[in-house]
Amino acid sequence: MSCGCDMIGETGLRFYGKMTASMSHEIKNALAIINENAGLLEDFTLMADRGMPIDPGRLKTLAEKVIKQVQRADGIVKTMNRFAHSIDESVKNVELDEVLDFVATLSGRLAFVRGVTLEVESGAIPVTIATRSFFLENLVWLCLDFAMDATGGGKTVGLRAEQTENGARLKLTQLQGLSERTTSAFPGEREIALLDALRAELAINERAAEIVLMLPRDIGQ
Amino acid sequence: MRVLLVDDEEELVSALAERLRIRGIDADWACICYDAIRRVESKRYDIAVLDVKMPKMSGIELKRRLEEKRPGMKYIFMTGHGSEEDFRAGSAEAGTAYYLVKPVKIEDLIEKINEILND
Repeated sequence: MSCGCDMIGETGLRFYGKMTASMSHEIKNALAIINENAGLLEDFTLMADRGMPIDPGRLKTLAEKVIKQVQRADGIVKTMNRFAHSIDESVKNVELDEVLDFVATLSGRLAFVRGVTLEVESGAIPVTIATRSFFLENLVWLCLDFAMDATGGGKTVGLRAEQTENGARLKLTQLQGLSERTTSAFPGEREIALLDALRAELAINERAAEIVLMLPRDIGQ
Repeated sequence: MRVLLVDDEEELVSALAERLRIRGIDADWACICYDAIRRVESKRYDIAVLDVKMPKMSGIELKRRLEEKRPGMKYIFMTGHGSEEDFRAGSAEAGTAYYLVKPVKIEDLIEKINEILND
């Protein structure tokens, strides 16, 4: 997609599209399961009309499956709603563990399809900064997207927030395949534009198998 | 008619397989691509219904692997995504008519299966 939009705007649209497409896919799966279980209920009642007894235990199991999928779809819709509202305020206070949890939830299906496990390691002390939350979510996703190809055999990405003297540090860890990945293309122009907008810095530490984002305590208005 | 359903959503393929069996169709299912390959090695299926996006191996790649094991087997792709990119990839492999978007009506699925097998 090239529309003459500025880099951050275009990157944000891509991010928004990618995440909503993934979540709508999951909702479709939940609906498909509800559809098949409702279909089975219908099949059983048609068979009962022809004199075949229905096992009440089967009906209970099917009802439970439907309820579970409704709850699953409801959870996804809540996540979509929260994602949509993350654009409401340009700068706000965010707790970084919550941001990492949220991006991991948003990316859950995409990570699953790539066979990667995401592990958010919550710190003992909450780390709060004032920043542009949507831009930060976007930057964490771009780092995660790169990191998921750099996990090596471990197939796990750890996500951790730490307080620093001047703000905070976000770490993407357990990237044992980092040294095998060419890093000339990362960070690319999209990541650099977001780093500038967030007054952040990115470092790749191959020895520690980590990507580190340094974030200021308050980005200002 | 022997059908193999492959999708990482177990509750979907297990229910769909049961509904097909109620309709007299011999249907098996797998949630992991390698299980699907093993099933095809040990049993002859007429058609496989494959999810496009699955962990570790896409439905398109799985189709290619299954074709090596059982040349002549037929395929339908089923997806929840419905993006143009997926549609192009699925259609290129199976033909536009054989690319279904979830949730699928069982009557439509059976009609497609019959169409393909009678083609």
